Amino acid sequence: MVGQSQIVIEGVNHTYRPPRGRPVLALSDVSLQVQPREFLALLGPSGCGKSTLLYLVGGFLPIEAGRIAVKGKAVTAPGPDRGIVFQHFALFPWKTVRANILYGLERQRMPRTERERRAQAFIDLVGLSGFEDSYPSQLSGGMKQRTAIARTLAFDPDILLMDEPFGALDAQTRALMQTELLNIWNRTPKTVVFVTHDVQEAVYLAQRIAVMSARPGRIKAVIENKVDHRDPSVTRSKEFVEKVDEIWNLVREEAIKAEAKKPDA
Amino acid sequence: MQAVLRAGLRYLPLLFLALAWEAVTRLNLVDTAALPPLSKVAVAWIDLIRGGELIDNAKASLYRGSVGLLLAIFGGGGLGLLMARWRLLDIFVNPLVELFYPLPKSALIPITVLWLGFGDASKILLIFLGCMIPVTIGAYNGARGSDHALVWSARSMGANRLRMMWDVILPSALPELLNGIRTALALAFILLVSSELIVSQQGFGYLIGYLGATGSYEGMYAVALTVAFLGFAADRIYQLFMQWLLAWRE
Repeated sequence: MVGQSQIVIEGVNHTYRPPRGRPVLALSDVSLQVQPREFLALLGPSGCGKSTLLYLVGGFLPIEAGRIAVKGKAVTAPGPDRGIVFQHFALFPWKTVRANILYGLERQRMPRTERERRAQAFIDLVGLSGFEDSYPSQLSGGMKQRTAIARTLAFDPDILLMDEPFGALDAQTRALMQTELLNIWNRTPKTVVFVTHDVQEAVYLAQRIAVMSARPGRIKAVIENKVDHRDPSVTRSKEFVEKVDEIWNLVREEAIKAEAKKPDA
Repeated sequence: MQAVLRAGLRYLPLLFLALAWEAVTRLNLVDTAALPPLSKVAVAWIDLIRGGELIDNAKASLYRGSVGLLLAIFGGGGLGLLMARWRLLDIFVNPLVELFYPLPKSALIPITVLWLGFGDASKILLIFLGCMIPVTIGAYNGARGSDHALVWSARSMGANRLRMMWDVILPSALPELLNGIRTALALAFILLVSSELIVSQQGFGYLIGYLGATGSYEGMYAVALTVAFLGFAADRIYQLFMQWLLAWRE
């Protein structure tokens, strides 16, 4: 790909310091580049620091060692160029669906009529028409995550950071949401960094897959993934199954290591 | 209509209590000097309203109570939220809150009088100090429990720190903050009447003490029941307000 990488991560270390107990090296010498409009999956066992890496890119945690730059500028704080979607939705429970989606637009000082129109467009996009005035507590998990995705897409960040966004959903809903996410991404390509521990999900969604090692998290391999992201039936193809196998072999030993390190497994 | 009926049934035991009160006094089962019949208390209440004493003293008490409570809500709520977000303040103020929490606030009555005299100011200060503690603790615990993913979401959507305080921390703290305020509301009545009983020339407490000292026990009971009813009504109205504010929960 020609031109500058959109996200550059160089030699990043991160130490997690729990309130009680010893500090833990969560990330060790992580380097990675993400191209504009690329869909990259960060894949690894639980506790490998993949979410931590995402939060560092988001500017939510201080960068202790190394460098992270977005479009050539060092990351120092969160900003609306990087939208985030969390596993547990992080919707404002006191705001309706509409008010949640409007929030980012209000912060961007968008004129009222424009933001109302834009919010409605994204409510329609994620199929939540008729639920505009519902509170998150009245919605199913899938609907909550649709709202969260609409909220993030609405303020039009260049980069979408997704932290196991479908991890809290049931299997059917997860499959539907994956297809929908691909549809949205095919229509309005954004740079996506998608954290997951699900190999199939990574192969189905991402163009490149960065496999991380168990704690301390390192980038173990970066795999190109050429399966067709416009074809929902691709999951039954030989190509897909082989790709899943290839990556599962890389992940398996890390998963075993991670399991062995769990204090009370 | 059904709701009214159900509420009526709920408070039926109070009616039985009132009837029992009237019965035992009419049948001379108790000393009527210590417990006058409820009907005579009712007559005394009407006289106190007509004479204006009850209204005048109620005005004085409600003024002190509401000013003290409002100061406690804004001061204590603000302090609790800031403590939750600002470590240095937390380190300095938290031990003070811990020390002050179990202190019987009525012990401060003579001190506030010494500082501010016998008038409104000393009562307002007492209520402010006493009611601030539950509000501060509620705001602090509520804000500490706020989900960092919500804070991060707001920050990534362009909210600065002040906006985040208002848009995320305050609403996250609201359920516990409102419970703290409910405790403070009840405490305000307690502190109000006890301080007025001890040192005052106005207010519910003063009126109860004065009527008791002059032997008008029917009147004394009438004022005490009025305070009890006002406390009850304030709490019920406050609970409705709370339900309305927290309607987004389930």
